[in-house]
This record gives sequence, structure tokens and C-alpha cells, in this order.
Amino acid sequence: MILGLPPLTFGAMLPVGNKTVYDTLHTGRAVKGYAMKHRFIVAVGLILTALMTVSAQAQAQEPLRLELDNPNIEPLPFAVPVFVAETAGADQYAADLARVVAADLTGSGLFQEISQDAFISGVTNFDSPVQFADWKAINAQALVTGAVSTAGDNQIVVKFRLFDVFSEQQMGEGLQFVGSTDGWRRMAHKVADAVYSRITGEGAYFDSRVVYVSESGPKNARAKRIAIMDYDGENNQFLTTDQSIVLAPRFSPTGDRVIYTSYETGFPKIYVLDVASVGRQVLQDQPGTMSFAPRFAPDGQSVVYSLTTGSNTDLYKMNLNGGAPQQLTSDPTIETAPSFSPDGSQIVFESDRSGTQQLYVMPASGGEASRISFGQGRYGTPVWSPRGDLIAFTKQNRGRFHIGVMNTDGSGERLLTASFLDEGPTWSPNGRVIMFTRETSGASGASTLHSVDISGRNLRAIRQGASDPSWSPLLK
Amino acid sequence: MKTLSTAVLLVASMGLSACSGGLFNQNDRLGTGGGAGIDNTPVTTGALDPSSVAYFNQTIGDRVLFAVDTSTLTDVGRATLAQQAGWLNTNTTYTAIIEGHADEQGTREYNLALGARRAAAVRDYLVSQGVPDARLRTVTFGKERPIEICSTEACYSKNRRAVTVIGAGAIS
Repeated sequence: MILGLPPLTFGAMLPVGNKTVYDTLHTGRAVKGYAMKHRFIVAVGLILTALMTVSAQAQAQEPLRLELDNPNIEPLPFAVPVFVAETAGADQYAADLARVVAADLTGSGLFQEISQDAFISGVTNFDSPVQFADWKAINAQALVTGAVSTAGDNQIVVKFRLFDVFSEQQMGEGLQFVGSTDGWRRMAHKVADAVYSRITGEGAYFDSRVVYVSESGPKNARAKRIAIMDYDGENNQFLTTDQSIVLAPRFSPTGDRVIYTSYETGFPKIYVLDVASVGRQVLQDQPGTMSFAPRFAPDGQSVVYSLTTGSNTDLYKMNLNGGAPQQLTSDPTIETAPSFSPDGSQIVFESDRSGTQQLYVMPASGGEASRISFGQGRYGTPVWSPRGDLIAFTKQNRGRFHIGVMNTDGSGERLLTASFLDEGPTWSPNGRVIMFTRETSGASGASTLHSVDISGRNLRAIRQGASDPSWSPLLK
Repeated sequence: MKTLSTAVLLVASMGLSACSGGLFNQNDRLGTGGGAGIDNTPVTTGALDPSSVAYFNQTIGDRVLFAVDTSTLTDVGRATLAQQAGWLNTNTTYTAIIEGHADEQGTREYNLALGARRAAAVRDYLVSQGVPDARLRTVTFGKERPIEICSTEACYSKNRRAVTVIGAGAIS
């Protein structure tokens, strides 16, 4: 069970419940006959191509590819016609699926949707040859076609193909997903993920979830609940009530559990919550202490966190299967906000041992730490990228807050945002996008989740009344 | 209507100044930002019973304030805490939970640790004045519970605080 997908005990909120769905989704089984040879069409297309002189893509027969590290990357124009409804009752899904696929791709900032109003022809039969000329004419470089049919037991079957229009080639095999009807959004995200991966050559992130803190009420008595949603803000559901302050939930590496801080007892303590059953248990309850800022190790077996005894806050590691906590730092200063490297060998954290908040890296078993942040201002909440190449952080300087990234040795610092208060970055599963909390100032100040590409482009508001996001791994 | 809302505001603000802005109360939903602990005594204009919690909160003062990113007690703060210690040493049936708070300028985790330092600074001072450690407990709220909500130093200076919330019975 992944990320609260069935069985659910608190209401039928989450979709795609069928085990066979997972198998189908997981194996990504290609449907026979999809990689259809359009020899005749290709020939016609070649002639057409030869006649066209406008497009570089038309001249070069190189495969369609977006290089994400290209600093001058331009959004790639694509078209997603309404999916073909192959059975009665599938019309709404046909429209909705196309809409979500398009929203995913456009939302990445890497793709630009061509309005359906501009289409010369539609796609009315999934297996008919693609009229490439009609799509070239509107400069659709990528074309996503799909079909959906309903089956018994509230099942739908979604098929799709991706075409490189100017090369007149299908990119990869057609895929088919089978799932329950209320899981249609996940299937759309799966389609968009496949498109993203095939065109960029990198992992995607659309079929993923975010656990965060939902906020309501006035600033001096704000009510907070742990909530979970699709990466794009849809399919929201609450995992706790608002009876206690809750802070900074973090996913386990497989997404089946969430670890967070709650004031349930009146004091900050760490809890582990099973997403599927919503059962929770206190993890750390040493009398007279407070604990917060927990994060899972990449193997999911242990947790690193801050424990406060008296005035002093240090880092500890606890095995979830039992055993005494291991103290990782023993300085009289503040050590908090730990995050593991993806291989589990190192921990990046913040400390004010130098006199101000700065970032440090140490072995995962503790030991000597080396400082990696040396710029102006204060650095906090470091988070290691899932790709291992970068560390995201919050920077506070001259009364402004920034989300930034740096190499793991502290070099190459780049600030991606600036505002009254930005904090708490979390990485998309492919390490290309960062989500964070942005809080506005003043008596009516409120928190909104934002995301930004690690290039600094494509800043987007994701959800209002929300803070402390943690992005899940890509769903299976 | 206007009169009514003014009255409500007055009561609310009196409530705030009267009873502490302390937050800790296990039976409280979230901490109200206003009332806390066991003190529900209405504000009165007459002389307060020196053994009352209201006297502690209003006459002595239940809180001390801190400079930006510090947990060092000020002279004013130490004077307040000396009186708090005197009251606690006289009224020995009471316990106290000391809440440490930070202003909103800072990351969440750091502010939790900073609030813990502030609460501990108060606890340590009270203990140095003879209050038994077993009657005191500390908690940090970081920047989670400001009492003032503007985003200027006028509010921040009041939010950087440690509040001694008087309770009854043993500390769990």
C-alpha cells in the first residue's frame, strides 16, 4: 500500500484501489499492436517535411528532446486532444484525462499547450493514422493521443501514445493503464509522467503526493492539521484533527508513513502515522524533553531528529525497530533540521555553533562536521536532493528570506526565490522542482505552498492556507 | 453593534494583558493566545490578593522579553523573575510551566530551539532563586503562538518572550 491508497478506514477518499491496477501500472505493460507501423503515412510525411522549410525540427530528424540543463530552454509546444471515448459513459473521463495531462505538462514550465481552438483536426479514432500535417501546421512538436473505455466494477482503461510530430515518429510504445474510475487522475499523471520522461530523458514527478500542514484561523491562534494531497493540490484529505499544533510532516522513503511533530501532550513530541490506517504512535517520549524536526533515513529503518534537554538542542538517531537513541551531536549550541544524503551515509543539518545559523555535513553515525555555508546571512532547513547533487536550504539575509540550492560541498550557491518569508524546501522525486512555504507579512499574514524549478523559473502557488510541505517519492 | 464589538475588543485586550498570553493548558484546544493555566480570575481594579494567580500575572508580571535571537535575561527580566521566584517560594502548592516563544523572523525549527533556550533561561534563574526544579517545566512554542500579529518590531519585541504559566498540582 502506497501513500494512503486503499484500504482506507476513514472514508473513500483515495482512488486506484485495485491490486491489478498496481501491477498494470507498475509493469507499464505495453498494449500489443500500439507501435503500429505507419509506413504509408511516414512516406507522405517525409514528402510534406521536405516541403516545409519553417521549422528546425522539420529539417533535423533528431528525436524530440528537452535538455533540462540547458539554461536557454524554451517551453516545448504540445497538443493533447480530448481522449477518445471508446465506450458510452467514458466521455467525461476522456475530457478530464486530457485536461489533467495538459495541466501537468504545462505546470512544469517545460511544455506549452496549444489551445484546442487551434486544432485543425481532432483524434476520433485512437488507432487511425495521425494526420501529422495538421499538427505541424500549428507547430505542435509533441502530440499526445489517448483513449478511455469503461469496464465493469467501476473500472476504466486508459491508453495513450506520444508522437514526435516533426519526425513523424511515435516516441516509445503505447501504454495502457487499468484502474478504478475514481483513480482517473492518477492515470492522467502516469500519462504525463511518461511524456515528460520520454522527452526529457529524466525521471518525472506528476504521480506523486505532498504531505503538509493545513492552516486555518487567526495568526495568534492558528489551527493546524496534517493533510495530504496530490502534488498539484488536488485530492486533499486530512490525516489529523486540528486539536493540537502539528508541524513539519515528512514522508517515509516508500511513502507509507509520515513522521511529524505534535503538541498532543502539550509538549512537542515526534509521532509516526501510518497513512493507510491513519493510526499514530508517539516515537519519542522521554520525560522532560522535547523533540522535533524528524526525518527518515533513506532505508526507512531509522529516524534522525532534534531532542531538547534543558536549553540545549542536539541531533539524535533512533531505530524504529527499537533500541536506545544514539546521540549524534553533543554541542552546547542548537543542532536541528537534519536531512540524510540519498545513500544514507551523511547528514546535513543546521547549527549556530559559529554564532549564527549555518549548514554542516557530518557522517550519518555522527562525528566531525564540516561547515558548508559561508555566504552572507543565516542558513537553515537544509534538504539533500534525491539525486544527491544539491542541497536546498532557507537563507535569511537583510530582512528577506530565500530558498536556494548549493552543491553538497557548499559551492555554487544559487538563490531561487526572495520574499518576506520563504522557508522549508522539499524536493520533487526527480530533483528538478522544489516546493516550500511562503508566508505573507502583517496581521493577515498567511502561508501558501509554492513551487519553483531549480533553475529559478516557474514559480507557482500550489495551495493556500498550507505550510511545511514534504514531497513523496514517485508512486509505484 | 459598534458598541458591542468595541466592548468585546476591550474585554479581549484586557484578557490578554491580564492573564498572560500563556498557552499551556492540556485541556485547551490549542492555546488561545490569551487565557491559560488555571487563571480565570476577572480583571479587577481593586488590590489583588498577593497569593492569587492574578497577582502573579498582573502585579508581578508573568513574562520576560528578549532581544532578537538571544536568550539572555535583561535586567528588567531578572527583576521580574526575582519577584516570580518570591511568589513561588511563598505559594508552594503551585507549579509552573514556562513557555518560550520567538518572533516570526526565523525558520520554524530554529525558533523551536530558540524558544527552548528562553524558557530554560527563565527556569534556571528561578531555580537559582530557590524555586525547586521539580515544580517547573519548560516548553517551546517557537514562532507558533505570537500574541501580537503585526510584522514590525513593535510586535516582534512582545512575541520574543518567556511566560511563566502558573498551574496547580504536580508536574507530570
